Amino acid sequence: MPKDQGIGASTKRREDVRFLTGTGNYTDDINLHGQLYVHFLRSDVAHGKINSVDTSAASAMDGVVRIFTGADFEGIGGLPCGWQVTDRHGEPMKEPAHPVLAQGKVRHVGDPIAAVVAESVQAARDAAEAIEVDIEELPAAVDMKEAVKDGAPLVHDDIGTNLCYDWGFVEENKAATDEAFANAAHVTTLELKNNRLVANPMEPRVAVGDYNRANDESTLYTTSQNPHVIRLLMGAFVLGIPEHKLRVVAPDVGGGFGTKIFHYAEEAFCTFAARQLARPVKWTSTRSEAFMSDAHGRDHVTKIELALDADNNFTALRTETYANMGAYLSTFAPSVPTWLHGTLMAGNYKTPLIYVNVKAVFTNTVPVDAYRGAGRPEATFQIERVIDKAARELNVDPIALRRQNFITEFPYATPVAVEYDTGDYNATMNTLEEIADLSGFAARRAESEKRGMLRGLGVNCYIEACGIAPSNLVGQLGARAGLYESATVRVNATGGITVMTGSHSHGQGHETAFPQVISEMIGIPEEMVEIKHGDTANTPMGMGTYGSRSLAVGGSAMVRAAEKVINKAKKIAAHLLEAAEADIELKDGTFSVAGTDKSVAWGDVTLAAYVPHNYPLEDIEPGLEETAFYDPSNFTYPSGAYCCEVEVDPDTGKVTIESFAAADDFGNIVNPMIVSGQVHGGIAQGIGQALLENCAYDENGQLLSASYMDYAMPRASDVPFYQVDHSNGTPCTHNPLGVKGCGEAGAIGTPPAVINAIVDALRSGGHDHVYHIDMPASPSRVWAAMQK
Amino acid sequence: MYNFDVVRPTSVDEALSALSQEDAQALGGGQTLIPTLKQRLAMPTTLVSLSGIDSMKGVSVDGGVITVGGATPHAVVAGEVADAFPALAHLAGNIGDPAVRNRGTIGGSLANNDPSACYPSAALATGATIVTNAREIAADDYFQGMFTTALDEGEIITSVKLPVPEKAAYIKFEQPASRFSLVGIFLAKYADGVRVAVTGASNNGVFRWAEAEAALSADFSVAAVEGLSAPSGDDMISDLHGSGDYRAHLVKALTKKAVAQAS
Repeated sequence: MPKDQGIGASTKRREDVRFLTGTGNYTDDINLHGQLYVHFLRSDVAHGKINSVDTSAASAMDGVVRIFTGADFEGIGGLPCGWQVTDRHGEPMKEPAHPVLAQGKVRHVGDPIAAVVAESVQAARDAAEAIEVDIEELPAAVDMKEAVKDGAPLVHDDIGTNLCYDWGFVEENKAATDEAFANAAHVTTLELKNNRLVANPMEPRVAVGDYNRANDESTLYTTSQNPHVIRLLMGAFVLGIPEHKLRVVAPDVGGGFGTKIFHYAEEAFCTFAARQLARPVKWTSTRSEAFMSDAHGRDHVTKIELALDADNNFTALRTETYANMGAYLSTFAPSVPTWLHGTLMAGNYKTPLIYVNVKAVFTNTVPVDAYRGAGRPEATFQIERVIDKAARELNVDPIALRRQNFITEFPYATPVAVEYDTGDYNATMNTLEEIADLSGFAARRAESEKRGMLRGLGVNCYIEACGIAPSNLVGQLGARAGLYESATVRVNATGGITVMTGSHSHGQGHETAFPQVISEMIGIPEEMVEIKHGDTANTPMGMGTYGSRSLAVGGSAMVRAAEKVINKAKKIAAHLLEAAEADIELKDGTFSVAGTDKSVAWGDVTLAAYVPHNYPLEDIEPGLEETAFYDPSNFTYPSGAYCCEVEVDPDTGKVTIESFAAADDFGNIVNPMIVSGQVHGGIAQGIGQALLENCAYDENGQLLSASYMDYAMPRASDVPFYQVDHSNGTPCTHNPLGVKGCGEAGAIGTPPAVINAIVDALRSGGHDHVYHIDMPASPSRVWAAMQK
Repeated sequence: MYNFDVVRPTSVDEALSALSQEDAQALGGGQTLIPTLKQRLAMPTTLVSLSGIDSMKGVSVDGGVITVGGATPHAVVAGEVADAFPALAHLAGNIGDPAVRNRGTIGGSLANNDPSACYPSAALATGATIVTNAREIAADDYFQGMFTTALDEGEIITSVKLPVPEKAAYIKFEQPASRFSLVGIFLAKYADGVRVAVTGASNNGVFRWAEAEAALSADFSVAAVEGLSAPSGDDMISDLHGSGDYRAHLVKALTKKAVAQAS
């Protein structure tokens, strides 16, 4: 019988009550006394020299308090980059300045030129229209391969190139990899694009800056996945406010998907302006602004080659990727195409030699940074597409080819510098074959063909690395941050527990899942545990939520803190029971003396901690609150196998997803329902990328897909009911919960399954020349592929 | 948006009077106009809402002609003509989402004449009569290119009369983001011939595919369309979602589907 409490129970999400009844508290719900509003005047050209910004007429308009321009930020720090990549030649990446408001040049459509602070949004917008801006439009760098050629327009004149870095990984493997290609029995080559995406969380970004003159303290309320990181980046690098004078609050946040990790100009502006004006300053992004100011995702152009021997064993893999950085380096942008991408290029396979080359390029487009999966979807798409093409070229079963090359022994050290601790790729593939009913596919295809439709089957694997760590390693790789997590477990006098975690929940369900862990450890009802997050005033430190790290890293910190609490509580219980501490057992919320019927309840022990009348004061302090920091010793490595079945209408090219199955290994699982929900959402996003979402620029750097009229998000009717399974968990060996992380898997594993299936469908219809279709596989692209 | 006044007259005459003021703008269901105002792309001084004029609302069926009041929302049309003219009900019932269908009106759609809207194809394929406060305009004369119609300044569509065909079908191939028509085909078969109207495809707005009409009038079959060349893609819309050639291909492919569905 399924559990109804603790680890393994599908407890319903307690936070959904407020989310679904409109009683959440989002940043836009925060309105402070005397609040002003800011409207950003943004560039409508991709690249231009700012000759002048005349705010005199606008400043005199009703309701305008002050208009800021780039000149107001001279001498103030720009937005920092949190990761420094070192290139193939040992040189640091090019790191251009990123001013809060544009100085000298505008570099992408949406680049903020001026900020109007006024008594109302309307007044600010009116005044923004009265600002006279003289911009001399310059040719734009848009296409990455063109942008790195001599004579291309320079996004940043002072660095003299649009090439941010040219990265090789593992550089020492290059010669041996090239040699393996020279000796290969077969080489499969594939050129592909990983399409640029706009994250589009349901809640647009919002920032409210506040300043208290009485104590010189600033507060920023913001839509962030990691408020402590924002406090550090903005406080230390942009505005020069020490942490003890700066509080950052990220209350309920309506989805992040990566794009709310980063420190944005609007946050710094609102905090800065609130100090300047001694009044709260609020900005709420419109959806149109979000399209041109939220960091975008993906946007890689790749050539991948796979070498095989005569027995179809993979012998080497080689890639060349152009990765778009956009106009400025967003907070973690340089890490995405390198350490979050190159290290995953082994996939699930024992390919002995791998060489990855990545050229990161500045263009006159919105900055690109992590988006659900961040580097790992790009790696997976390449690997799984090239394997699929190899199988077709060699006329072998794509599943058999994968199985033949699976890593089967763990731990496994890859040639791209990571060590997989556990996994069982055959087990997830076996489950997939069952839940996707692969043996019934031929009959389903025949039925589709009877209706004049082409049916295709696509299968692929994925591996991802979650909970990026440890801090000393990522420091060597260029991270300018630690990647630990902290938690404070505060036991109250009557036994209830408040957990302050540095993880941040913006849809993941931490408020439900984290108490399940504490409930399991102590044996008290989940309802006795409350999770607090998202406020730098509560939690000692927090690196936040991204990279599927919350349970594996933040949950582990909480476990460590809870262990300290339990150890202390046992000391108190031993005193109360007049027994030796070593004999105290904790079960079902009761401390007992082993081998006796003597016991004391959890609540009596916690009360004693705060009312220490009968208490070992000479040995331990009163109170019951502990903090722990947890720094993992390795990544976690979730993996799985995915299957997609599509129908393609040969008359129109329209693709319909007929079924989708996912068999994942997430290690141990705390709340199976929440895990399924994460997988469902990830698959929907993966289908969105594969079929619908296309962030496109024209040659002048104008954003063509700047609204929902042209940017297609997946809707309920675009996706089928999913078959998901996560029963093949091989527990992580190096964190206390044995968990691996599940947040990004769907977005990583899904796109290749969809494209593999479409290619399979077209080839079944006699289009034997089709080996690949770029995402999104829109009807027009699929139709065009059939015409060749 | 910029500030403006709103008036909500209860008769056509009052509406005409209000619209005679400088920079006054008629407001149907607002499904295009309101987003335009929000983006500050228009600056009317007064919006004249037509939603309070009862004589412009409702659907009636009489002698093989369906009359739809100009201010009738799509959802009402979808419900009212489900039996009398299923293809029209299908069209109206698939415009936008429920919120759009409960606000957007047939008069607003035809007055705007968006090249990707659904209703223009129904009006043109049925040889509808566009009735205004001043006159009656045949659909063949009414549509004059993308966002352009025969309406004069301040002229209001009070109703639309659509002759009910013997057989009909509307096939909408959706643009994936907006879910407007990437290409939409309205096929209507009458005793005296077949009419095929195409929306979404042409740079010149909704049009009739004469070759298909001739072929289908002679032989109402999928095979009759199969024998035709697709219209030229040269003057068709080419954008992020499909080339002109793709749209031209869809015109033929969807017309075949329409015939199969209507047969």
